[in-house]
Order: sequence, then C-alpha cells, then structure tokens
Amino acid sequence: MLDAADICSKCWTLMTIAIRILDRALREDFGFQHLLWVYSGRRGVHCWVCDEAARKLSVAARSAVAEYLSLVKGGEEMMKKVVLSDPIHPFIRESLTVVERYFPRYALQDQDILGRKESVDKVLALRLHVRKELQQDFQNEKKPESRWKLIREQALRKQSTAKKGQHFEKEIMLQYCYPRLDVNVSKGVNHLLKSPFSVHPKTGRISVPIDLKELDTFDPFAVPTISLICEELDRPREGDEEEKSAETNENEKDTAERRKIRDYKRTSLAKYVKHLDQFLDGMARSWKGHLLRKSDLQKEF
Amino acid sequence: MQFPSRRRKQTSNPQTELYAHPLQFYGEPPLENMSLAEFETFAVDRLKLLKTVENLGVSYVKLSEPYAKKLESEFKNLSFPYRPEADDRKTQSGPNEYDKRRKDHISHFILRLAYCQTEDLRRWFIQQEVDLFRYRFNDLPAKQKLEFLHRNNLQYDTISVEEKKSLLDKLVNSSYAVSGITVEDQDFYKVPFQDALDLVRTRKVYLKAGYVYIPHQDIVTIVLNDFRTRLSKALALTARSLPAVHSDERLQPLLNHLSHAYVGQDYSIQKNVGKISLEQIDSLSGKSFPLCMRQLHQSLRENHHLRHGGRMQYGLFLKGIGLSLEQALQFWRSEFIRGKVDADKFDKAYAYGIRHMFGKEGKRADYTPYSCMKVILSNAPSQGDHHGCPFRHSDPELLKQKLQFYKVSPSGISQILELVKGMHYQLACQKYFELTHNIEDANFSLNHPNQYFIESQRVLGGGKDIKREMDAPQRPQEITAAKGNNAPREAATNDPQGLADMTEDLDSFFQDA
Repeated sequence: MLDAADICSKCWTLMTIAIRILDRALREDFGFQHLLWVYSGRRGVHCWVCDEAARKLSVAARSAVAEYLSLVKGGEEMMKKVVLSDPIHPFIRESLTVVERYFPRYALQDQDILGRKESVDKVLALRLHVRKELQQDFQNEKKPESRWKLIREQALRKQSTAKKGQHFEKEIMLQYCYPRLDVNVSKGVNHLLKSPFSVHPKTGRISVPIDLKELDTFDPFAVPTISLICEELDRPREGDEEEKSAETNENEKDTAERRKIRDYKRTSLAKYVKHLDQFLDGMARSWKGHLLRKSDLQKEF
Repeated sequence: MQFPSRRRKQTSNPQTELYAHPLQFYGEPPLENMSLAEFETFAVDRLKLLKTVENLGVSYVKLSEPYAKKLESEFKNLSFPYRPEADDRKTQSGPNEYDKRRKDHISHFILRLAYCQTEDLRRWFIQQEVDLFRYRFNDLPAKQKLEFLHRNNLQYDTISVEEKKSLLDKLVNSSYAVSGITVEDQDFYKVPFQDALDLVRTRKVYLKAGYVYIPHQDIVTIVLNDFRTRLSKALALTARSLPAVHSDERLQPLLNHLSHAYVGQDYSIQKNVGKISLEQIDSLSGKSFPLCMRQLHQSLRENHHLRHGGRMQYGLFLKGIGLSLEQALQFWRSEFIRGKVDADKFDKAYAYGIRHMFGKEGKRADYTPYSCMKVILSNAPSQGDHHGCPFRHSDPELLKQKLQFYKVSPSGISQILELVKGMHYQLACQKYFELTHNIEDANFSLNHPNQYFIESQRVLGGGKDIKREMDAPQRPQEITAAKGNNAPREAATNDPQGLADMTEDLDSFFQDA
C-alpha cells in the first residue's frame, strides 16, 4: 500500500540542502558547536543543539532563533511563500549559495518543475507580471535548463529597471528548496521530542544520527529497520565457541552483561552508535576544557 | 501609603532627580503621599493610554506617521509627557512637564499593582508598556538617547575600526538602514544575540558567532529588551506584595476593576449549549461564520482533516457558539473518518485533544475561543495550514477569488481589499459582515469571531434576542449606537460616588473602542 507521505529518493536532496543550510547558520551565525543531526525515520531530520548556551536559552530566545532561520512562510492560502526585499541579508545569501548548488539537478532535472505543464504554471504563478512573456517564450523553448535561464534573464532585466525588490528567481529557488521548519517544536521547552535511536512507527526505520562527513552519500532507504536489527541479532554469533571457553573463568552475570553490550556491534547500528559516541566525546572534551579554564581562573588546583 | 520598594535613596531630593529625564525605566517606586482622587485619575488615565497603544498597534504599523499622530494627541489629552522640550512653550494652563513626568511615574506603578496578578495580565501590561516605551524612546533627540543609556548603565563593547572595515559588506547588507557611511561614521556595538532578540527574530542585523553588530542608531532594541526584562522581573516581585495592598479597602475595588476592564468578552462561558445541532453547521458556516471559520469549515469538509492550528482555532470557536463536548466529538469524528483516519485512530489520537479543549484533560483548563487579535497576531499558518485570519494571511489574489466565489459584489471586494492593504483586518472582516448580511452598518466593533457569530444571528433572527447573560460587571446588556450604558456593578455598596462615576466613564470609553 502506497502512503502518499512516503519519500522518494529524489526528494531526499531537500534534506541535504536543509542540513547544509542550517548547520552552517547554527555554527557560523549563532556560534553553536555541538550539533547532532538525526534522521527522523521517514522524511525529515532533527538537529539537537547541545551547547550549554543553547540549553540555557529563554523561550523568547528560542523563538527568535527559530524565526531567524525561517524563510518560507504561509499556509495553503498563500501562493508566494518567500518574499525577498533589499538588502539581502548575509544569511539569505549564504543559504542561496547552498540552494543554487543543488537547484539545477534537484528542481530542474529530478522534479522537472519546468517540464510538465502543471508545474510550469505553478512556478509562473509566483510571478504574475512576467507570466505572459514567459509563457510565450516557453512555447519555443522546451528544455528545463534553458527555460530557467529565461526566467533568470527576466529577473535580471527587472532588477536593473524596476524599483527594489525584484528577486523572483531567488524567491522561486527558495520556495522550492528552502527547508520548512517545525517551529513549534523549537520554540517551547515542553514539546515532546523524538529520541535518537527510536523506531519510526510508520516505516520501522531507526532514527539514527547522521555523519555529516558522509552527508552526500546518506541513503535513507539504507537505514536499518527494527526488523533488520532483530534479524541480525538472531544470527548465530561467529566465534561463539572460542569466546565461551575464554569466559568460563568469569562471573556468569558479567558475561551476559558484556554480551549484551557488544550485541549492538553485530548489527547495522554499530556505526551509528560510534558516531554518537564521537559526538559525546567532543562535548566532553570541550566541557573539560571549560572546567580547566574555570579552575585556572579561580586558582583551584 | 506604603508601596513595595527595594531600596530608598538617601539623597535629599530623589524625586526631582528622577524626573530630570523625560523617560525612565521605572526602577524606583514613588515615595510620596497622594490623595485617593489623584490615585484614581492617574490609574485610569494611564489605562486609557495603554488601551490606545494596543488599538493603534493593531490598526497601524507601529511608529508610522498616522500611529505617531494619534498617539501624540492621546498624550496631550491625558496629560502625559510627550515631545519633551521640543515644544516647551509653557502652556498657559494645565500641568507642566514636571507634573506630567510625575504622573507618568506614579501611574505606571499603580497599574503594576493591578496587572501583576496573572500571567495574562502581566503579558498584556508588559506588551503595551514596551510599545509605549518604544515610541517615547524613538521620539527622544539623539543627545537625550545617549544620556538615557548612560544613566541606565547599558554598556556594550564597540568593535575596532579594522573590524568594521572587514565586515563592511556584511553590515551594509544586513540592514536597510545601514549604509557605507553609517559604518564609517558610527560606532558599532557587539552585543550577545540574547540581548537583541527582536533584531535577530526579524533578521535586521548582522549575526556572527552568537553576536550581533549594532550601529549606535539602533541601540533602541537593546534598550527595549532590557526594559522588558526588568519590567517582567518587577511584576513578579510586585505580585508577592499584593496581599498587603489588597488589605487596604480603599484600593482593592479600583485595582480589581482596572484589571478586568481591558478584557473584552471572551466567550468562554457557554450559553446556548446544545441549541446548535450538527446538521445546522453547514448552513450556519455560510450565513453566520466569519470568513476565517468558514474557510476552516470548508477545508475540513473537503479534506476530511485539519491540522493542529486549525483544529484549535475552529474547535474552540465551535465550543463558543454552543457545541457540547459530545457534539464536538461526533462532529470531528464523523468528518475525519471520511478521510484517512479510521475510528480507532481517531479515538486514540484526536479525541484526547478535543476533550482537552473542553477542559476535561490535563490541567483541566477550559480554553477560551481565540479573539481576532490572537488569530491575527499569533500562530501564523504554515505549509498545509488553513487557519489564521484570511484578511491577514491570504494572498490578496486568492482572497479576491474566494470573495467572488462567495458572491460578494465587486465594489464590496475592492473596499475589502483596500482595507486589507491598509492592514485593517478586523475592519475588512466587518465590511465582509455588512456585505454578506446586506446592511449598511454593522453597529459593533469586531474583535472576536464568536462576536461575529452572535451579531450575525441577531441580524438574521430579526432582532430576536440571543440571551447574553454575562457575569462580569461591566458587560452591557445591549450595544447601542449612542454612547452610554448601564452596566451593573458588584462592589458598589461602599464605593465613594467618585469611583462609580469614574469607572462608568472608563466603561463607556472601552465600549466605544
């Protein structure tokens, strides 16, 4: 049975864009350092900002951070969800740099927004006053990349002549690619959060941390499911015989404990747990450094 | 009269010191004796001022010309300080600058007593005082702004000239008001982002590694943040001293009345429970629902689903018009089942939320239906949402199509769109009311969707009364076009005549708003 809310491999790019944009902003603009990105198990990602400064933020501050990062606004009744005006804030510029990298392959090729008629209409509806001209031009030009070029040229033309604020090619790119944030989760402090390594009820996939070093090759469909994990755990352990004899001297309970702890290493979860461990190590190091500096200042030894 | 105070300055003339500057942070409470009459006048006048600030804030862009003009005339009428020293031709009669500042000071502290009691009251009071402060600070000439900063110990570091040069592009591109010249001429302050949330939230400033870079000219937002924080803390402290204040019988009636006066009818008390049947809702939605609820109802029928924001806004509205909990559960269930949700899932996932709305779960708070102000200003809709105020949150083109579909005349539509352009959303909705009910003048000032419903039912019912018994003292029985009302009052027995007169005036002021 097909669930309309499932993802396809083509739209995962949106998450890659989202992570690149938000990771940069949280680090460079806000100065946060300890960010853990986690796959939700279905079609989204969560970011856990673990800096002490972040944990101490007031509700108003959390809300302000969430708003700063929001560019796409509007419900179903709003067609044009991104409005840019001069000057274009450095945050928007940086985000556009990321979007522009992925836009041609994601939107023009994979999603073919300028190919099929309904999508073309939707795109052009975002800019009513040049719609007629573009519709005419599109009759002669069918290739999506060339159509996009025409849109850009129109935008440039309008920018040099019209009054400020004619950034529609940027607005189109952002409306199609910029991440949609669930601000309510971020604003309050009593909203329930999905824990990393929990199981997604609809897909069975484990909510695993994402290693940003391997972001471009991350495949949500390759993320282990709970059934896979169970299956892997049920497989006979290799070298079970040798281990048994080596452990005959030790306490039985101890053995069982150690076996339990190592079990996850036999499953596909191993690499994800390792990533979490590394993340936590990083946090511990910085906390130690902070304590050292503090004790230096207080001259406690 | 003992006011709660933190420290007393031992200087000889603390009050004159305090009033040397037109604006203050209200750090020190007044320490003098005054007459009850003055006490009451001051309080009531300030409340009128704050109410004006609130109304203007919804109808106009803050600090715009019409906003400023109207607010200034209110300052004049109520004798509060405005345009300090620029207009210092000593007015022949009436209070001088010192008196106005004194009034400003004392009235602020009196209202603290009335508005510290609950979270809602505190939030409202802080919001209006911050807006008021913003306006007055902006109005100060530059020299006085600086003076204010120094007096109030707002010290932040400036960045070096080299750093300014290296950040030139970013700084200029972060704010409409910052040009290359600004960067050259002015000092830029490096402020932790937590102290400049308004600028961060609206992305009007350059943010790097957790610090914002603010030109001297924009230091006002920092000041505002500081003001807000201080006031919030002070209110919490004030609340602790309340028992002592309330034990004074002269003050208690006035303070109680003050804190109830701003709240409009909140439609939380359900009348007519069960008088609406579920079959009527479809036709009612076309006839008597405001546009926001009509839209939500339509989306619900079309998609057999509404997201959380929509369920809250519409669900509470339905409660307000008289749906019982059982009816509500049946209503939502039958609609959701037509969609992707089966009966089990509904009971598990959605029924709880509906019972929560009616105060049967969790902390058992009986939530009140959203007022227009709340719908317009908070919880903006995002992808997949249909809630909010259509006049505020819809694309003007889509709004036009929708109105055409609902058979509103073309001239009516243009009038509505004009009002929307001017950001007069509630007036636009009122116009929609007038056009759909075929009347010239709505005869009421719209500020709540449930009010819309009640007024609509009145018009359609040919004036047959829907009972509007309200318990709180100042709700009138009927709204008439002319001034005046006869609100019954509870604590009238030992009220001095002066208080009764004054509070009646207060009421009529609010009803006319």
